[in-house]
Amino acid sequence: MPDDVWSSPACTPADVEAALRDLLTKRAAESEGVHAPARVLNLIVIVDREWRGEIANRLEQVGRYSASRTIMCVVEQGREHISAWARMTAPDKDAPPGEILPVTEAVELDVGPQHLPVLDTVVDPIVVPELLTVLWSPHGHDDAVDALMKRLTDVILLDSVVEPDPKEALARVDEMAQRAYVVDLAWLRSTPWRERVAATFDPEEMRAALSAISAITVRFRPDSTASALLFVGWLASRLGWRVSPLIARDGKLHGHANARKQDVHIRLDHHPDQNVPGLAGITVETAHGVSISLDRASGGLTERRREKDGTEHTWKVLGASRGEGGILGQGVRQALLRDPTYKPALDAARAMLP
Amino acid sequence: MATITDENPLIEGLERLPVHPTTLVIFGGTGDLAQRKLLPALYNLAHEGQLPERFNLIAFARREQPHDEYQQMARASIEKHSRTMPKPEVLDALLENVRYVPGSFDDASAYEQLEKLADDFDERAGIVFNRVFYLSTAPQFFPVIVEQLGLRKMDKIHRGEVRIVIEKPFGTDLASAKKLNRIVLREFRESQVFRIDHYLGKETVQNVLAFRFANTFFEPIWNRNYIDFVQITAAEDLGIGTRAGYYDESGALRDLIQNHMSQLLALLCMEVPASTGANPLRDEKVKVLRAIVPPTLEEVPRMSVRGQYTAGTVGGENVAGYLEEEGVPPDSHTETYAALRLHVSNWRWAGVPFYIRTGKRLARKVTEIAITLKPVPHLLFQQRGSLGVLPNQLILTVQPDEGVSLSLGAKIPGNLMRIRPVNMEFHYGTTFLSQSPEAYERLILDAMRGDASLFTRNDEVEAQWSIYDPVLEAWHNSSESPAEYPAGTDGPTEANDLLEPGQRWHDL
Repeated sequence: MPDDVWSSPACTPADVEAALRDLLTKRAAESEGVHAPARVLNLIVIVDREWRGEIANRLEQVGRYSASRTIMCVVEQGREHISAWARMTAPDKDAPPGEILPVTEAVELDVGPQHLPVLDTVVDPIVVPELLTVLWSPHGHDDAVDALMKRLTDVILLDSVVEPDPKEALARVDEMAQRAYVVDLAWLRSTPWRERVAATFDPEEMRAALSAISAITVRFRPDSTASALLFVGWLASRLGWRVSPLIARDGKLHGHANARKQDVHIRLDHHPDQNVPGLAGITVETAHGVSISLDRASGGLTERRREKDGTEHTWKVLGASRGEGGILGQGVRQALLRDPTYKPALDAARAMLP
Repeated sequence: MATITDENPLIEGLERLPVHPTTLVIFGGTGDLAQRKLLPALYNLAHEGQLPERFNLIAFARREQPHDEYQQMARASIEKHSRTMPKPEVLDALLENVRYVPGSFDDASAYEQLEKLADDFDERAGIVFNRVFYLSTAPQFFPVIVEQLGLRKMDKIHRGEVRIVIEKPFGTDLASAKKLNRIVLREFRESQVFRIDHYLGKETVQNVLAFRFANTFFEPIWNRNYIDFVQITAAEDLGIGTRAGYYDESGALRDLIQNHMSQLLALLCMEVPASTGANPLRDEKVKVLRAIVPPTLEEVPRMSVRGQYTAGTVGGENVAGYLEEEGVPPDSHTETYAALRLHVSNWRWAGVPFYIRTGKRLARKVTEIAITLKPVPHLLFQQRGSLGVLPNQLILTVQPDEGVSLSLGAKIPGNLMRIRPVNMEFHYGTTFLSQSPEAYERLILDAMRGDASLFTRNDEVEAQWSIYDPVLEAWHNSSESPAEYPAGTDGPTEANDLLEPGQRWHDL
C-alpha cells in the first residue's frame, strides 16, 4: 500500500492533528485493520531549512529504532505562515495472517523564526499524548528548545561533540540534564569501548587489577574531545577516582587522577586519521605491568594485551560498526531506557576540563 | 558501592553484560538446527558485539570434511538464515576461529581430537576458555556424547567452567527422562546442565512474567475467585513437512504440550518468586507442575482428546491428510492434535479448568493464552438487541501477533443502554517497533554466561513428564483411532466435550 500523504500550504496545528486522525482512520479501513498506528515515542526535530535534507537522511538511516511519530520543524527565514505535510508509512510487505503492521507517522512543519519562542504551542496539538517525547535540535535554536522543554519534552537528544568547545558542550549538557533526561550521542559512541573494558576486567582474576590501573590513554578524532573526556569520566566515576583539571600541551591533554592505591596518569591524544566522530583507541595500563589496548578495526575492535613478562596476545573483538545512522537509532532507543552512569561520568568529565 | 572484588563496578548501566571467553562445541554441527538457527544466532550475536571478547567454535559431526569446507558451509547457512544482513568483515572474523571435528559420536579418537583443538585455543590465547558443549543431535546420541565427555574427563577444566546444553526432546516419557537425567548428572553437576526449551527464549513468553509481576491490577483477580477457565493454544497451519520420521514417533503431546505449553502453564500459574534467579524461578514452576495431579488411566478418555488431520483445504490450497503424508505409516495412530483438561490443585487455582490444545494443519497459526473471567454476579443491562454482556477475556498472544488484548463490555452509542464487548489491545509490534532477537540468541548467550533461568531443571522436566505419562500410556494401549478433523479446521469436534457447560474454545 503506498504512503498516505496530506499537505497544506497554510494551516494551523489543529488542522495537522485532524489530518493525522483522518489519515489513520482511512488507513485502518483500507487495510481492514491490518495497519495499526505505532505508539513508541514522539520525536520533535528542529532543523534549519538548508540542512533539512541531511537530517532527513540521517533519520531514514536509524533503521529499526525509528520514532513512531516524527515531527520535523523546518525553520525558514522570512516565513510567516505555517505550512505542513504529513505522511503515514507502513512496512512495504503483506502482513502474514494474524499479524498487524505498524504504521509510522512523519509530520513536517515549515515555521518562521517568530514561531520558535512559542514552538511548544505549535507542536503540542500534534504530539501523541501520554507518550514519551524526545527533542533533537541539531542546529541550536535555543529559544525553541527552551519553549519545548518547559512542558512537552521528556528526553533531549544531543551530541556533545558537535560543539567546537568541549567546555561549552559539557556545560550545555549539564544544564540540559537539570531539566530533562539527556541522551548524548557522544556517550553512545563510547558504548562498545565501555563494554569491552568492562568485559576485560570482568573475570575474577582481573577484577583486582581495576584498583591497580595506573595509566589510561585515549585516542580520538580531534573534534571529539568531549567523547574522550566522557569515557575517562566514566572510568573515574565507576572506580571512585578523584579527578582534577587536565593540562593542554602540544594538542594533547594530560594529567592525573587519584585512585585509592596510586595516581592514574591520564592522556588524551588526537588521532587525525580517524574519519568518524568518537574514539579511535584506548590503552589501559596497570601498576602490575599489564597493558591492554583496544583499537578500531574492520569487523570490530583489535584487542592487544601485554603481560608484565612481555608476552603479548592480539585478537579481534567482533562487532559491526553502527555508523552515524545507527548511533542516532541507538539514541532513540536509549530514550526509552535510563542509564544511571552518564551523569556521574559527565560530572567527572567536567572536572577534568582544562 | 560494593567493593571491586565483589562485583564488577563497570557493568552498571551496560545493556550487554560481559561473557567469559568461551569455546562453544556444537555436536551435530552440520545438522538442520545448527544451520538454520545456531550458526545464524552466533553471527547475530557477533554482529551486535554480544559474543564473548574471545570466542571459538568447534563443530563436531559425522561428515568427513576439512575445517575450511565447514567454514564455507557455515558461511552459506548464515547468509541464508541470518535475521540481519551479514557484514563480510564480521562474518570473516567470526569464521576465522571456527574448526571442525569429523567423527561418530561414540568415537573416542574424535573426542581426543576435539580436546586437542580446544586446548590449542587455550594455549594460543594464553588463557583458559570456558567450554560449552551444545548437543544438537538426534536424542539417541545424548547419552553417548555425555558418556564420552565423562570418559575423557571433559566435564571439568582447571580454572574454567564447563557447561552442557541439551536440545529437546529430553526423554520420550518419564522413565527415559529419568534415565537421561541419571546419565547426565553422573558426569555433570546440575548447575552445569542447560536443558533447552526454546519457547522460554521468546520475548513474549518472558513477558508473561513481566506482565504478571510488574503490574498490580492483575494479581487480585489472578485466582479461582475471578478466573473461570484458561485455554492455552498452540495451533499451526502447517503439516509435518519433511519431519515424518520424527513426528510419527513423537506426536503432538510430546512435541509441544509436554514441554513448551507446560512451561506456559507454569509461568501463568506460579507464585511470585523470591528473585528472578534461576533456582527461585524454577522452584516456583516446579510447585505448579507438581500441583497438577496426573490422571489415572481410566480418567484419560474424559480429560483428553487426540486427533489426526485428514485431507482438507488450508489457505485456499488442498492438502493431504496425515496418513497420506510421505513417510507416515498408513496405519499410524500418532496424534497431530491433542487437547487436555488439567487442574492445578492448590489454593490459588483449585476448581479452575486449564484447557490445553495443539495441532497441525489447523485453521490458523497462533500461540496464545486465553483467560476467561467469571461473569458479573448480577446482570444490570438488557441483553436484547446486542451481543450483550460477556465475561471479560484476557488474551496473551505469544505468536504471531505478540501482544495482550482485554475484552471489556462497552455501551453501543445510541439511545438505548445496549452493551457489546470491545477490545483494548497492546501489540509489541506497534509499541516497541524494534526487532526481537531470536530465542536461540538469548539462550546461547545465557548458557555461555551460566544463567539457567530460561532453561529447565531436572526436577522440572520430570514433573512435566509425570503429568503426561498416563495419557501417553492410555493412548498407546487404546485400539481406538484418533478423532479425525479435516485440515484447515479448528480440530476435532470431540474437543468440545472437554469443556464444561457454557464454555467454548476461543476462536482460532
